[in-house]
Amino acid sequence: MTQVLDRPAQLTPQPVSAAERSARRKALLNWVAVHSLGVAAALFFTLPFVFVFLTSLMSDSQALSRDLIPHTWEWGNYRRVFDTPGFLTWWKNTLLYAGLGTVLTVVSSLPVAYALAKFRFRGRNLSLMLVISMMMLPPQVVVIPMYLFWAKQLDLSGTLWPLIVPLAFGDAFSIFLLRQFLMTIPNEYLDAARVDGCGDLRTLLTVVVPMAKPGIAAVALFQFFNAWNDYFGPQIYASENPGAWTLSYGLESFKGMHHTDWNLTMAATVLVMAPVILVFFFAQKAFVEGVTLTGVKG
Amino acid sequence: MSTITLASKRRRSALRTAAFMSPWLIGFSVFFAYPMLSTVYFSFMHYDGFRPPTWSGTKNWTYVFEHYPYFWPALRNTLWLVLVTVTLRVLFGLAIGLLITKIKTGTGVFRTLFYLPYLAPPVAATMAFAFLLNPGTGPVNSILEKIGIPAPGWFNDPAWSKPALTLLFLWGVGDLMVIFMAALLDVPKEQYEAAELDGASGWQRFRFVTLPNISPIIMFAVVTGVIAAMQCYTQPLIAGKVASGVIQGAGTQFEPGYPEKSTLTLPQLIYNLGFQRFDYGSACVVALVLFALSMVFTAFLMRRRGGLIQAGD
Repeated sequence: MTQVLDRPAQLTPQPVSAAERSARRKALLNWVAVHSLGVAAALFFTLPFVFVFLTSLMSDSQALSRDLIPHTWEWGNYRRVFDTPGFLTWWKNTLLYAGLGTVLTVVSSLPVAYALAKFRFRGRNLSLMLVISMMMLPPQVVVIPMYLFWAKQLDLSGTLWPLIVPLAFGDAFSIFLLRQFLMTIPNEYLDAARVDGCGDLRTLLTVVVPMAKPGIAAVALFQFFNAWNDYFGPQIYASENPGAWTLSYGLESFKGMHHTDWNLTMAATVLVMAPVILVFFFAQKAFVEGVTLTGVKG
Repeated sequence: MSTITLASKRRRSALRTAAFMSPWLIGFSVFFAYPMLSTVYFSFMHYDGFRPPTWSGTKNWTYVFEHYPYFWPALRNTLWLVLVTVTLRVLFGLAIGLLITKIKTGTGVFRTLFYLPYLAPPVAATMAFAFLLNPGTGPVNSILEKIGIPAPGWFNDPAWSKPALTLLFLWGVGDLMVIFMAALLDVPKEQYEAAELDGASGWQRFRFVTLPNISPIIMFAVVTGVIAAMQCYTQPLIAGKVASGVIQGAGTQFEPGYPEKSTLTLPQLIYNLGFQRFDYGSACVVALVLFALSMVFTAFLMRRRGGLIQAGD
């Protein structure tokens, strides 16, 4: 070990002082220690994905054994998952919920966030506090009256509309996050637009929106993932009608249908995880920025 | 220009504010204020969704607190998650955040790998862990037995089901890693240099320079973690269902909180009471308990002194 570590020092033409050499050795040891820890942590974070993926490619009988690596690579498992009745409907429903819900959230939350960030009016701080309270509110707290409202008065249970329609009226988390972002836009830009004769709506659309693109992207991603991951909502409103199930909800019943077939269940799990991870790779920067933003002082 | 009086200008500005705020004003009234009041109302009513609601006084309240067998175990589990899981998650998130700021080679790759599990959809992630940790054929226990470490029953053992859930939440620590990473990189370099000149050791630098600088972020992580822990619903439910081998839809009754109520949380009770037993009144009582707990922590988060979320300018 010491010999290997000494080598770089021996390569330098001039003799280096003992102090410098020990400092270098310390730095190298430190590098090795930090990166070994990094590799160990990386294994902890990635091995579950690896095992899930490997199991998804095992044959039915091998998935019941204790083997870690498939003997034969059964790519057909993925075809069998797609052939499961309902699987494509779950995809379609999830895309509708996540896609339409995201558009509605951004369109309805942006003007509210803009008013909270840049207008001066009485009750502004109170409104902001109420937004934060709503953000912290567990969705289960108001679910009984909301269910009765959608199911008994509007007769919309068995559809995803009770989950999509409310997003047209602002989402507390998105309002808060956008407000945090809009606070960072200097007022001079808005004043300049006003001097040029821009109305408030035009200022928002032509000045603020282009500057707030990263914030809007972060909000859109969060909302998309929220809808994609939502289990409680579809369980309450869509469980009675398999035609309205989403992937997150359907995945559970998939496990029920293929009780002992861990390979198929894991293949379905991979198919539910994959789109989220793909979207992340394309939008990594905006996403990380959004996560950071929620923790930053306003 | 001179025709615009001060009063009309003020009216226009109020109208403008109302117009911009209108989506949320409607959303707040219809999806927050109305259902909150309604929840309070139903908590004093007997209502099964078929016959019209009738006044029942405090009956639902005494039922939930004194006779409903799941309430206290669920509250205990929720508090367990709040204390143990949140503490471990914050410590682990800070450790991973520190590690990522020290890694100089391949930082981007490491950061992405550490972050990915946070994105795994909860149902999928829980199913994955139920498989990885299943005592029969799961890879984790296979490996543990090969090394000769006694393998726990994880989601099938009441003593291990919450630690197994904690492991799942530690796996998805990416959100905390990112905010700690940002906070750590924001600590002024000069302070470290000054401490080094004073001969401070690594631990002293962390204790007297890093910690004071990032303490608001730690506080933020703790409070949001507590709130998330109180809302914890999907993961314990799915873990219990998969481990017990009972999945909804087959008409089989699922024993809530399998094994032995150890994965029961407060939000699950609202579902159990409201949508399985059609006792909407008692479900609203549990909802109000959950609401009160969340509000206590939200108030804590909003305290100005904490400097976490500052209102206005």
